[in-house]
Order: sequence, then C-alpha cells, then structure tokens
Amino acid sequence: MRAFSYERPASIEAAAQAAAGMDGAKFIAGGTNLLDLMKLEIERPTHLIDVNRLGLDRIEATPEGGLRIGALVRNTDLAADERVRRDYALLSRALLAGASGQLRNRATTAGNLLQRTRCPYFYDTNQPCNKRLPGSGCSALAGFSRPLAVVGVSDACIASHPSDMAVAMRALDAVVETVRADGTTRSIPIADLHRLPGDTPHIEHVLEQGELITAVILPKPAGGKQIYRKVRDRASYAFALVAVGAVVQPDGTGRVAIGGIAPKPWRKEAADAELPNGAKAAAAKLLEGARPTDDNAFKLTLVERALSAVLSEARG
Amino acid sequence: MRFDTPATTNPIDQGKVVGKPIHRIDGPLKTTGKAVYAYEWHDRNTRYAYGYVVGSAIAKGRIRSMDTAAAKKAPGVIAVVTTEAVGELKKGKYNTAKLFGGMEIQHYHQAIAVVVAETFEEARAAAALVKVDYTEEKGAFDLAAAKDSAVEPEGGGASGAGDFDAGFEAAPVKLDQIYTTPDQSHAMMEPHASIAAWNGDDLTVWTSSQMIDWWRTDLATTLGIDKEKVHTMSPFVGGGFGVKLFLRADAVLAALSAREAGRPVKVALPRPFLMNNTTHRPATIQRIRIGAGRDGKITAIGHESWSGDLPGGGPEVAVQQTRLLYAGENRMTAMRLATLDLPEGNAMRAPGEAPGMMALEIAIDEMAEKLGLDPVEFRIINDTQVDPENPERPFSHRNLIGCLRTGAERFGWRERSKKAGARREGDWLVGMGVAAAFRNNLVLPSAARIRLDREGIVTVETDMTDIGTGSYTIIAQTAAEMLGVPIEKVAVSLGDSRFPVSSGSGGQFGGNCSTAGVYAACVKLREAVAQKLSFNSAEDLIFAESEVRSGDRRMPLAQAVADEALVAEDRIEFGDLTKTHQQSTFGAHFVEVGVDVATGETRIRRMLAVCAAGRILNPITARSQVIGAMTMGVGGALSEELVVDKERGFFVNHDLAAYEVPVHADIPHQDVVFLDETDPMSSPMKAKGVAELGICGVAAAVANAIYNATAIRVRNYPITLDKLIKELPEIS
Amino acid sequence: MQSPGAIEISRRDLLAASAATVTVVSAHSLSHAQTKATTESQSTKVTFKVNGESRELRLDNRTSLLDALREHLHLTGTKKGCDHGQCGACTVLIDGRRANACLTLAVMHEGDSITTLEGLGQPENLHPMQAAFVKHDGFQCGYCTPGQICSSVAMLEEIRANIPSHVTRDLTAPAEITSDEIRERMSGNICRCGAYSNIVEAITEVAGRKA
Repeated sequence: MRAFSYERPASIEAAAQAAAGMDGAKFIAGGTNLLDLMKLEIERPTHLIDVNRLGLDRIEATPEGGLRIGALVRNTDLAADERVRRDYALLSRALLAGASGQLRNRATTAGNLLQRTRCPYFYDTNQPCNKRLPGSGCSALAGFSRPLAVVGVSDACIASHPSDMAVAMRALDAVVETVRADGTTRSIPIADLHRLPGDTPHIEHVLEQGELITAVILPKPAGGKQIYRKVRDRASYAFALVAVGAVVQPDGTGRVAIGGIAPKPWRKEAADAELPNGAKAAAAKLLEGARPTDDNAFKLTLVERALSAVLSEARG
Repeated sequence: MRFDTPATTNPIDQGKVVGKPIHRIDGPLKTTGKAVYAYEWHDRNTRYAYGYVVGSAIAKGRIRSMDTAAAKKAPGVIAVVTTEAVGELKKGKYNTAKLFGGMEIQHYHQAIAVVVAETFEEARAAAALVKVDYTEEKGAFDLAAAKDSAVEPEGGGASGAGDFDAGFEAAPVKLDQIYTTPDQSHAMMEPHASIAAWNGDDLTVWTSSQMIDWWRTDLATTLGIDKEKVHTMSPFVGGGFGVKLFLRADAVLAALSAREAGRPVKVALPRPFLMNNTTHRPATIQRIRIGAGRDGKITAIGHESWSGDLPGGGPEVAVQQTRLLYAGENRMTAMRLATLDLPEGNAMRAPGEAPGMMALEIAIDEMAEKLGLDPVEFRIINDTQVDPENPERPFSHRNLIGCLRTGAERFGWRERSKKAGARREGDWLVGMGVAAAFRNNLVLPSAARIRLDREGIVTVETDMTDIGTGSYTIIAQTAAEMLGVPIEKVAVSLGDSRFPVSSGSGGQFGGNCSTAGVYAACVKLREAVAQKLSFNSAEDLIFAESEVRSGDRRMPLAQAVADEALVAEDRIEFGDLTKTHQQSTFGAHFVEVGVDVATGETRIRRMLAVCAAGRILNPITARSQVIGAMTMGVGGALSEELVVDKERGFFVNHDLAAYEVPVHADIPHQDVVFLDETDPMSSPMKAKGVAELGICGVAAAVANAIYNATAIRVRNYPITLDKLIKELPEIS
Repeated sequence: MQSPGAIEISRRDLLAASAATVTVVSAHSLSHAQTKATTESQSTKVTFKVNGESRELRLDNRTSLLDALREHLHLTGTKKGCDHGQCGACTVLIDGRRANACLTLAVMHEGDSITTLEGLGQPENLHPMQAAFVKHDGFQCGYCTPGQICSSVAMLEEIRANIPSHVTRDLTAPAEITSDEIRERMSGNICRCGAYSNIVEAITEVAGRKA
C-alpha cells in the first residue's frame, strides 16, 4: 500500500472539491473493497477523503412515493429498514445475500455500486490484466474464467461485476444522485452508471474525478413478488455464479436483472417483455450475443434454470 | 521404553482421567486472546522490525537481475535481503522446493526477497518497489498433459498379489473407471509467521510449526549453522493440516533479515501468497478396476494413481488404502509420478488415503450398484481381518463392520431410496451416501520429561505441538492418570526445542505417540518415586488420590519430593509390532444431501461418522478432530480446488475468497460415534489416531449421496453444480 | 529479549488468576531517528476507546484498525487470518457492531468505541460466550476463535435488533434465533479446523435456545 494523505472534510461540497483538485484522490467510505485493493497495490490513491461523516446515512421518503437512500447507508441498515423490507424486498434480499454480517455493517450503498471485479487475474498484479493495466492483455480469456462474465464482454475483458445489491437496484430502476466539484448535481439512472468494457475495461463507470455519489433514489414501490435467487458454490459468504433478481406481477409480467454474468448488473427490456412466456424465452433475450468460455458456458443453462425456479416461486 | 510386545494391563486402563470428556485446559486462554501465536510474541524492551516478502512473478526460470534501489530508499526501510545477495542455501532434509537463495525459480511466488522496515506498512510498501528481471522458461503445469510422461516413483511403490489381469478378465462383474481429485490447499487460519532474534551466534525463532525438531534441524541446515545454536518455539499453532510439518520460508527470511537488520524481525506470509509459496495436496488421476463374482465377493482389485511434483518430490500415495481395505485374491496397485513445475506437492491431512478414498469409495459404490447390493452390505461382504497382500499378517484390531452396521442403524440407512434420483422434497433432490473410512496408524518415537515438585505440581515438558488437536489436554490427562494426581495439578509445556523431542503433530500419530512418550516418562518417574519411598518395585504400585499404594502400605506422593523435586525423562520407541501386525483405523461416513433441482447446488443435510480407532483419549477433543475432518471433507467434495493456470503455471484462486472452504452455512449438526475398543498393539496407550481418519471417505460419501439424489455420477472433484446441471431433470 | 523462561505456557499459568500480565506500552512513535520516516502528512493522530480505555495514537494513515490493535496496542487477541476481509478472524465490535478490523483504517475511527475479545472477558472471568465455547469445544487451533466469539456476541444483538438475514423467511416478521439463522449469520467467520457444529451449540446455549 502506497503512502497517502488523509482528510475528513466537513461538507459534501468540500469533499467533492478536495477530490477534484487531485488526480490521485479517492473517496473512502466503508473501505471494504478499496482497502483490500490498496493492500495489493491495485488501487494506489495518494490522498483519501473520508466521507463517512457527511450525514449521508439517512433513508428518507421521496415526494414521489419512493425512497432516497443516503450514499453512506450501510448495507445492514438498508436491508433492515422497515420500508425496504416491506416495499423493496428484492433489495433487502440481495443485500443479505452478499458478503458477511461484518462486511455489511461497514459496506455502504455507494461503495457497493462501485465495487470492482473479483476476477482473480485482476487481483494478481503479476498477471496481465487490461482492467488493471490497460494494454497488458487479458489472462482470463485463455485462463480460469469459471466465475466470469458471459455477456457484455469484449476481447479485452470478461470480468464480472460482483455486486448483489446492484442487481436489485437495476431491477428496481434506481437512480444515482451525485455532486460534482463545482457543486452541480446530476441524476444517473443505474442502467447508465456502469460502462461495458469494450476497449477500455479500466473505465468502469461514468462518474468524473471528484464526483461523489450522495444518494440512490428508488421510485415508488413496484409491488409484485420480489425474489432474489443467488446461486453459488458455498451456501454463504461467496460471490454469485449467477443471481436472478426479479419482480413478478400477478399477471406474469415483470422485470428481471441478472448478476454474475456480465460486467454490470444485466437487464434487458426485451427479456422483461418475455417474462410472461417463461424462463426460456426471457433467458434467450438476456443471453443474446453471449460469448461464454468453455469454463463458464454452464452459466447459460444456469441462468435459464434459476430464472425458471424464480418464476415458479413467484407463481407459487 | 521400547514398545515391542502388546500392551498388557497398565495404569491407563483405570480410565479415571484418560478417556474422560475433559474440557481443553488451554480453552480459557484461547477464548480470551491470551494464547500467544508466533507473530504475537512481544517484549516491551525490544524494537521489532517488520519483514515483508517478495515473491517470484514467474513459475519457472531464472532471475537475471534484481533492482532494490528504490526499495532501499523507501521510508523506514532498514534492509533488503535478496535471494541474489544471499546466494545458494542448503535445502532442508524435508523440503522439496528450495525456500530461498540463488537465482533459480522453481515455482510461482517462490520467495525472492524480504524487505525490512520499521513498520509493517513501510515494509509492505517498499516490497512492491523491488524490480526483478527474469528469464522465463517453459514449464509443465498440466497433470493430464504430463500423465504419459510420468514414471515409476523412486522406491517403486507397486504392489500386488495373485494375478490381477487374469482375475479381472475372468470376473463376471467388472468396473473400470477414471477418477480425478484436484490440487487442494490446507488454508489453515493462522498464516505462516516467524519472529527471529539473534544473540551473537544464537538464534531464537518463534514460529508456527507442527514439528519443532524438524524445523530446528532444517533451519540450521538452511542457514549453515549448528543445530545447537537454534532455539525454536511454537507453543500455540493456528492450524497446520500438514503445511507446517516442514520448514517454511517465513522462518528462513526472518532469520536472515534479523541478522542483516541487527535486530529481531517479524515476518508473516501474506494470505494471497500462501497457496503458491508453500505446499499443497497434489492433484491425482486415478484408475480403479474391480472385478467381483455375482455373490458380491471381490476377486480382483486394481488401483493406479498419477500425480505430479517438482523434481525430487514424491507421489501422492493415493493407492495406499486399496492394498488393505477390501479382500480379494488378485490385486494390483501402482503409482506414476510426473514432473510438474507447480509449487511443491506434499502432505495435507491424510496424505494418500484422503484423495485415494475419494476415488475408491465411489468405485465401491458403483460396484455395489452393478451387483445389485446395498453398498453397506457390499463392504461388509468384502471385509478382511488380514492384510490381503500378506494373509499371514493380521490386522491388530479391525472393526470396520461394526462401524458400518452401527452407522447404518443410527443414520436410518434403511430409509435410503434404492433407486437413484427417486426422492424429492420440494425443490430438493435428496439422497444418502455411505463410504468406509480408513487410515493407517503410524508410530514415531516420542520423548517427554516429567517433574514432580515439592508443591505437588507435575510438569510435563515435551516439544510436542498442539495444532488444535488437544495435545495439552490429553498429555495432562495421561500424566494425571499415571501419577494419580488431579488434572489440575498437571502443568504442560509444549512446543519448545529445549524440551525432549516428541513425535510432533502429523499423520494422526501425535495423540497416541506423544502420550505414549509421556507414559514412558511417567513410568520412570514412578520408579523414582518407588525408590524414594522405599517400595520394593514400582510395577505393582498403585498411584491414586495423590498417594502411592502397595498392599496395605500407603504413602503420600508428596513425601517422595519432600526434599527435592524428582525429574524423569524417557522416550517411547516402537519395535516390530507395526510389521507383524497391520495397524489401521476404521470408520464409516454417512451423509444425506439435498441437490437443488433447478441449479444443482448441493447442500449437506446430515452427517454421521462412526470410528473404530483404539482407545479414545478424550471424547471431546477426539470428536472435534473428527467433525473438523468431516468439514474439510465436505470442502473437498463440493468446492475446494486450486485452479491451475496451465499457461502461466500457478494456482489462480490463491486467497480465501476464491478458494472456497466450507463456512458455517455449509455444515449441519454433525454426529460422531466412537466404538468402544482398545488396540494393545499400537502403544501402551492402546490408542490410535482419529484426526485424519475423519476426512477419509467423507467426500466419497457426499459424492455417493449426490448420485443417490440425482442419478448423476460425477467422478471429478469437486462436485460443483456445473458438473450436474446438464443432466438434471427438466423443470417447467 | 524476553527471557526464555517467561514464554512457557503451563497449567499453572492457566490456573493462576493473577499470573497473566497484560503489557500495554505506549504506542510507537512514527519518527524513526535512524531511517527516513514516512512523512508527517501521511500520518494522523487518532483517539478512540479500546475496551473502555481511551487511547491516543499517531499512526501512519495506512495502518489498519487490526494492525493498530495488534502491533501498536499489543492487543493480539484479534487475529490476522487473511488481512482481506475473507475470513473473519479479525472481527471486533465498533460502537457495538461487528466489523472486520483488517478492512478499515485506524484513522477513520476517531471517537469510536472498539471492543476486542480481551474486552469481553478474562481467563478467570469468562464472558458467557467464552465459557460456552470452552464447554462445547467450539474451537480447535484457536486462531479463528476471537473472531467467532466477537462475531457471535454481536450477531445475537443483531437478531434482537430485528435485523434480518439471508435465511429469514418472512422479512416483515421479527427475526428469530434458530440454528439456520446462526449458521448463516456466522458464515463470515471461517474455521478451517471445522468446529462449526460445536460453535453453533455454544451460541445456541448462550442465546437460551436448544440447538
């Protein structure tokens, strides 16, 4: 871990300004992913801006009937919130399927969205990795790719996004609110937050240097049956091989987002439209253009079968 | 004391303390953070420096040059010790891969430098600044690809009886299958760590070692110094499972860098570095052929195993149990060893039997099905009370049948569906599986020193280690039983090279052998007490309730030490009983699984192990050994695999997130039953081991349960959902 | 160096209530006279409470809370198993909530209250959870044990606070203490010795429920 300077600014604006003025600056919230990566010198900030005490830890009702979740709300608190449990069960379920009790106590809403891939080659600085070191190559393509992505990939990178929470947020049409160094704010639909790797897998989202996520907005409750089905090797404390987050209405319509198969939480409007026709039809749309490796081709079958189980549970 | 005739009645048979469910005497220390592990020794007057290791970025080749200029200039740096500067070092007797020194790279993450700084943070940061220029060489990393080049290992290892080929050919029912087991990692919770301090030529090392004397010897060899100058200590060890049997790089690096820095240095190997730097259980490819008559009697059994290792290494002895477990007149086992440039393959919990039983006990299940026999009955039909390769050589004691029958009864085996894939509960396909457990009983000499002091305290000193096995407690029980004192009066000091050399902890020999060594020392102390108290002979004396009794004569034990403390030291040595009699431990594992019909995720629902392993010295600690082994067996069955990058030559998933060992949610309540028995051939304790027996067969029981649940037979571990999903039933 | 005789762990030490001496020395200063030190801007003064006692340290910003406890305050009950949030051996309570001490910086905890295993109980005065671990043999090598115990104490509080888990069937009903709940909630604490079955029994006893 490289040495860095540290500050704990008193306001959101001060935080954004401090970050904008320095290329090597990064925000630190829960730290559960950033510090992990800093110890391995995958992240090498020269300055850390501690945003833990900016009052961004509240969950409030919005005038539109939704919820405004502060960026610093811890995963545990978000999952345990009465309103979330009642109206956005998918989000509670996804959060509780992730990490461990200890990590959820520290990990934050914004940090969870921005966590980086768990591709083992990204994590090993001796190995080529286009995401970590642009232009060095992708070791996973011909190497170990069982946990990695099958859709949305490129020749440069097949890393998968590890978040459970983001899958629920995607299915729930969340919107990310940010503030920039000049004080301006913007709202980014979650669908637009993460970028696909293309030729630049090191650029993972659309945020600018110094742009700070302040909240995530949930629209009014979607109703329906909300199911999060995480498929993994061990029963807990493991990343998803495939995760299905679905909201299914009594008439069979709904929406579905998939985790573990793409560089971002994966949702296709065309797949939503096929939900009433069953898992096979919806999965076909979700997996259109899939480019699996020999190692992870099983995910294609797994998505369909897991989705089928979810739809049958929703009917049940 | 030489143990070369079967034990007769002795004080251990009283069973007042030995065999009782006594809670660990080190429990209050371990549950309050007061048990001090290697990296934690702290003296307030010492300023420790911190060493951080640099590992090779390539798997095979040579270092052309190393540039340490930036690291040396980094804040806080005291010294940088490189493999280049140190030059070739002698290799310890027990190491295959060299730990440090010289320019040759034998495997990924081989230690090539250690950076010493004032703080851990400074050392870690500076370590990343060491630049290395390599000449990379092509290596062999793929066992399957290297299989045909594999050769008979040194010493051969082939065995047989009768005419296997003819017997197999003639058998009316045959099985011929290939099974594979992957590379696995010990993944103990305490990473390798050492603190080294020099005082002139004298070296003191606090480390995390299963075998104090092996480490001391090999550290002296590696450093080229006199063994007498080396003092090693490991009073508490945070798990080992075999990876702490042999000297590791942290001790070498700490010693070298402490000398360079001129002050004590602490070195811990970072977790992501462990799996490629140290040792692992090697992958195997196993071919098993079984022929049987329609009556279910095995007439031919053949087991071949292929594994790989670095040059100079050995094979994974996966055929070991097949020589002994089942009857059958025509037999054959063979091993082949390929040269692989992966990290060193070596012992991990039940080396040989653990992966061997993973394969054999699936094969037995398959064979039972071919014969239309219940797999419990098939095993019973083929029990043997003699070494099937040498029928004149009996087992010292063997109750595999008792384990199987007891287990079947307790587990409700009769509820198992005879047809595979027939039981469904909601979204779960449910099945039961059984496997035999088998592990040989090994014996090593073991010494101890006993002191009875004037306060009536008995102190046992031996370099034995407690790696979670319960050594502190069973040693205290042994001394208390032998000397007739309450266990509260026994102090146990372990893991220090100043103490008599013990068996150490490994191969499930530690419990039996180290307590037998304590027994021997206690016998000597009893003789000294008898003499002091003017009894004619120590042999018929009774030591009980802090008294010494013979007929009507009773003397307080304290009187023997009224003037001065008594000290006795002895060592148990084993004669030919392991040659004249086959000594093994036996068990049966029963497992019930649920397999998710949609996703193929397997979850364990119930587990039972029944063990027949001689005297159980402490049912609490023995049970813990077995449930722990069962848990590791579940990992081996369902998730554990070090994935080889066959191009770059390393284990890719080298941390605890990517190498998935079982967590709480994977493990249900576990039941363990010990059959009441003693084995007078094994030692005066009449005990054998259970710590490794507990893992042998577990994974196969899981595999067989998955088959029973799904009718899908997977012969390649781990049995992950991707190996099931294509054959699972259609779902709506 | 420590005198060799002082490091023997003996039964007498186990029994003698007053024998265990806990040495807490003042924290290292970062200024190393003889070497080029990490610069002033890269260190920070932080004050927090540890096991009820206020501690002030000036720390390299990089220092994890775990290393602050172990290397600076010599509270080595908290273990470093992986240093990457993958094992749970470093679990401590921060303002009553369990967290991985390896994945948080010490300097981020100004004013916080930290409880480590040492703060729960002593050998002669065990916390009920510590006593239950001994009784049920909920450990073997002992290295994951501090994390298991801290985690289990906080975990039961989480259930009482009605925080749901992955296996909670009804998100709108009060959280319950069941074996399945305990297993799921404790899954962030790996025990390679495999004491899980016994740990669950220990926790269940403390929770006042039958396993």
